[in-house]
Amino acid sequence: MGAPIPAVTPRFSPVQEGTTATMTTLTKPAPTKRRRARNPRTWLRGGGLSNLLFAAPMIIIFGLFSFYPIIRAFVMSFQKTNLITEPQFVGLLNFQRVLEDPVFWTALQNTGWFALLALIFGYPIPLIAAVLMSEVRRARGLYSVLAYLPVVIPPVVAVLLWKFFYDAGPNGVFNTILGWVGLGPFPWIQDATMAMPSIVLEATWAAAGGTIIIYLAALTGVAPELYDAAEIDGAGIWRKIWHVTLPQLRGVLLITLILQIIGTAQVFLEPFLFTDGGPANSTVTLLQLIYRYGFQNSLGGNYGSATALSVMLALFLALLSFVYFRLTSGWSKN
Amino acid sequence: MKSPKKALIVTVSAIATLGLLAGCSNGAKPGDGGSEGGQVELSVVSLIPGTEQAAFDAFNEQVKQFEAANKDIKIKPVEYEWKADTFPALLAGGTLPIVYTIPFTDGQTLIENGQLADITEEVKALPFYDKFNQNVFQAGTDDKGHIFAVPREAYGNGLQYNRDLFKQAGLDPDKPPTTWDEVRAAAKTISEKTGQAGYMQMTQGATGGWQTTVATYAHGGRMQTIDGDKVTATLDNPATKKSLEFLKELRWEDNSMGSNFLYDWGTINKAFASGQIGMFTGGSDLYTALIRENQMDPSHYGITTLPLEGSNAAVLGGGTLSVVNGKATEEQKKAAIKWINFYYLQKYLDKDAAVTDAKTLAAANQAVGTPALPIFDKATLDQSREWIKEYINVPQEAVAPFTSRIFDQPLEIEPTKSTQDIYGILSPVVQAVLTDKNADIDALLKQANSDAQAILNQK
Repeated sequence: MGAPIPAVTPRFSPVQEGTTATMTTLTKPAPTKRRRARNPRTWLRGGGLSNLLFAAPMIIIFGLFSFYPIIRAFVMSFQKTNLITEPQFVGLLNFQRVLEDPVFWTALQNTGWFALLALIFGYPIPLIAAVLMSEVRRARGLYSVLAYLPVVIPPVVAVLLWKFFYDAGPNGVFNTILGWVGLGPFPWIQDATMAMPSIVLEATWAAAGGTIIIYLAALTGVAPELYDAAEIDGAGIWRKIWHVTLPQLRGVLLITLILQIIGTAQVFLEPFLFTDGGPANSTVTLLQLIYRYGFQNSLGGNYGSATALSVMLALFLALLSFVYFRLTSGWSKN
Repeated sequence: MKSPKKALIVTVSAIATLGLLAGCSNGAKPGDGGSEGGQVELSVVSLIPGTEQAAFDAFNEQVKQFEAANKDIKIKPVEYEWKADTFPALLAGGTLPIVYTIPFTDGQTLIENGQLADITEEVKALPFYDKFNQNVFQAGTDDKGHIFAVPREAYGNGLQYNRDLFKQAGLDPDKPPTTWDEVRAAAKTISEKTGQAGYMQMTQGATGGWQTTVATYAHGGRMQTIDGDKVTATLDNPATKKSLEFLKELRWEDNSMGSNFLYDWGTINKAFASGQIGMFTGGSDLYTALIRENQMDPSHYGITTLPLEGSNAAVLGGGTLSVVNGKATEEQKKAAIKWINFYYLQKYLDKDAAVTDAKTLAAANQAVGTPALPIFDKATLDQSREWIKEYINVPQEAVAPFTSRIFDQPLEIEPTKSTQDIYGILSPVVQAVLTDKNADIDALLKQANSDAQAILNQK
């Protein structure tokens, strides 16, 4: 790795310049016009109706399939309903019941544990992989494909495949491989302590490819002059990464961090398919508890608690995102 | 709108909008279509999706016969298979037909939730009402005696065993265990001789609690007591403790339960059918799922009765209930009972109906002659079996250890209050016992009981 940091290939430059030019054009203030008084007639003449009709399909789609369910869920969180008989308003009872449920605190703890493990394993690995891949001169495309391949595999298929790998018997795939070097057999997902790290391992494998591609794209935007300047100053590879690459990726890193936190707080598929929250609730997560309230244990009798917990989670994540962006708004600027 | 381009965009947008609105308004609701041209439209579940065409033809023939005899009713068949992971969504979405079927386990919860129609008057008017086996019938009745469901078929839980693994372990498959100690010894032998799990139990979702309840009943315990309106959880009873200690001994002392401990109904069937599990407890109606869906060799299948130990020990029963959607109109309710009588009950009471049903099942590659319990009296069941004996495709010698003794065992239905919730609370307890060597059974049961009582108090 003694070679100089590969510069971003020149063919990207015109595109970047072009983009900048377009943005400049777009941000140019529009020629000022004398404002006319708005009334239905001027609105109609000004193309208001056609604008509205143009936007109508999207407004309807979002309204029906996004906003209406959100509002309905919010209302339902204050109701006792079985979707057959007339719902009753019960105030904050659903929220109280969720908070009194001992499994809620277990699920909260488990979700936090998952998020932390995912942060430790899942956050740096794609970054390291992307930086290393950007260093590679040959077969970079092949590495990109290999990194992205797990993302292409349907998540359910991937989990079922890993479930097979995680077979706790001595003949399980991972146990056989580890057995060659005298390790194991390990219980993997059949043990309360090992289950969550095992799930995080698969989740990291499955999701890393997407993040690697984002980092690779961001790396192409780092000006090559910065690396040249660092090199002239005698910087080695690690100092170049630390002083050039990472600061240049700061904006992307901050976005992927909050996306990861939001994503891990809503983890459902992996624990649901791997362990169904077991063994002994050691992998039950908040989203899985919402599912259990709504669909599993009570045959749909507890929609109130399910929506109450959903509202609590949504509010928490909204607040977290708000605070995060307020705190980091200065960091992402050069 | 002067430019033709703009006009085109507006027109396309308007069409798209109207299309969306039309698309959203489409879709029939179960409560709709109550009466059409003087006819009552009745949506009913037909056969499992993917069933062979011959079976659908036979079903449609029965629909024709019914409609000919009941000119005021129009049947609308809907393919259906009850599955734990899809049923709640169908229920919540309100897309279930008017007549559908559910397992006994769900009966009381759906009654509590007000999601089933009260059919007391219509069922009591049936001429054979007095012939129902009351032990089974109460699964669809609430504590005030109101009827919400009619049993379609019933089973008892039994000890499923793999005859091939028994043979490989040097055990006699014709002499399966009759006590829990014998079950433990057989499990150990199977595990040592074959390397497979000698014994296992369902543990995931609600199934872990369900089968712990089966073991509890077999040891003479119960999960709740009802005194008027007061329901008391008794999950920490000695029989449940004994059942969990049994599992603990097999797991940690004998190491005869293999290395995978997260099984639900589907996955344990798969593991058992593929020869990875020697014995497990489950319903006597499992034959179809094991042989048809999991390709188990029929000659490997065996079932015997559960060992009953301790006073008050009983077999936990189960089965399928026919129910009427809570959204049904009065006319639909009346029509629904006529259909339930015609399609589900007459096969036990009428020779022609029995033969037609058996023929349909056999043509659909479904099991005929699984060890069932009587939903009427035993004589009625025996008579109906006699009518269809030429269509029976379940090897009767494999089920003989069960069928020869089950009628001597007392049968009990499941706990009636918050059944699924209680099962759900018990499953993590079973998982803890099987995955944590130091699990404190007393403390786990005490906590589970307190959680169950909290849920019962909420109702």
